[in-house]
Amino acid sequence: MIAIVDYGSGNVSAIANIYKQLKVPHVVTGDPAVLAAADGYVLPGVGAFDRVMADLIRLGIVDTLNTEILRNGKKAIGICVGMQILANASDEGQMSGLGWIPGHIRRIDENRIVTAPKLPHMGWNSIAPRGNPALLRGVDTERGFYFLHSYFFDAADDSNVLATVEYGTALACAVGRGNIFGVQFHPEKSHDNGVAILRNFAEL
Amino acid sequence: MLRSRVIPCLLIHDGGLVKTEKFRPGKYVGDPLNAVKIFNEKQVDELMLLDIDATVNRRGPDFARLRNLAVESRMPLCYGGGVTGADEAARIISLGFEKVSVSAAALKRPDLIKEMARAVGTQSVVVTLDVRKNAMLPGYTIFTHNGRTKERVDLIDFVRQAAELGAGEIVVNSIDRDGTMTGYDLDLARQVRQAVGLPMSMIGGAGSINHIEALIEAVGVVGAGAGSMFVFNGPYRAVLISYRKPPALVS
Repeated sequence: MIAIVDYGSGNVSAIANIYKQLKVPHVVTGDPAVLAAADGYVLPGVGAFDRVMADLIRLGIVDTLNTEILRNGKKAIGICVGMQILANASDEGQMSGLGWIPGHIRRIDENRIVTAPKLPHMGWNSIAPRGNPALLRGVDTERGFYFLHSYFFDAADDSNVLATVEYGTALACAVGRGNIFGVQFHPEKSHDNGVAILRNFAEL
Repeated sequence: MLRSRVIPCLLIHDGGLVKTEKFRPGKYVGDPLNAVKIFNEKQVDELMLLDIDATVNRRGPDFARLRNLAVESRMPLCYGGGVTGADEAARIISLGFEKVSVSAAALKRPDLIKEMARAVGTQSVVVTLDVRKNAMLPGYTIFTHNGRTKERVDLIDFVRQAAELGAGEIVVNSIDRDGTMTGYDLDLARQVRQAVGLPMSMIGGAGSINHIEALIEAVGVVGAGAGSMFVFNGPYRAVLISYRKPPALVS
């Protein structure tokens, strides 16, 4: 059972709809007891970093997630700002992140982008995987994914970067550390490639 | 490499989809939910949904309808129509839309752009401007309320102001070209491109792949919005939902 964590900050319904079509057992919930019983966690997230962290804290589920994911080793994937909160902190806010994957969220350097459009990074872009991560199985990397962001995950440990996207420079767009993953793009809005990511995560 | 986006733009009127010409009353072209399902299958880059009744009828967005559309969509969505507050924008984002567009309300009170950016993030704030080319003087005039209300502020000045206040994208819709399928107003696109560095989309005039290619040639990576091109087929404009884009954009 995959729990799509509903803390008011993300697009839970589109993800739930894809899992429904894939016939993957899932639940949309923010209830600590239901979360504790799940086998894996999808953390969506849109909006500002602090707002997403504050929503997570307000719901009182950070301890439950820490226990299940860090101590019990259950899998988790953060999407968009849901990925950014896996880091230690962000230039966009004052609050601490979850710190599950060491790194800092930084604003994309606009000076490196030669021609307009500059920021936000908006639209479909190809990705370059490193190695052959199971999360990206069956993905058409040239076709890539839909991106919508101005901040990126600057990973402290380069071996945690699973794929990069070229925007001014190579930016981490998929990260992974053991049982924990994050993607900056929107798999729930990236057609077949996005469905592949969500299926791969469910099958991990 | 970041690619240009080819964006079907659908107008919601009386609960159905319509296609206008020069903003004059439109032809019924189908049901919104059915269109979302078809565009899913076509794997479109992005979809823009505009409720053209909301502002003129002084009402807010139809959240129940938006929820139904978002649940079905596997492509990025932008919604516009009747949004007047940051709280409404946040609610639309929470329903599963990536971007929220404002026009009349932002012209009336530009600080709305800043408030929306704070609530949902700059990347999700779209400012859409409907414009007509001036007959005598150079430049363009902004209109709201489906082309009925003339705005005083200069287009380029307002585009710059919107960018400074925190807009994430500027959408410019040419009323003169709407529904004509005669090509985008490339001068207009170049003027807006030179004014600001943020993502931009054009609507109005797309009738063929060549028109989209000409827009990209003129301004680089861009959003190419189209209505008629994706809902009409053949010389008699039979209603048929389709999707095409320049071969260079298909990977």
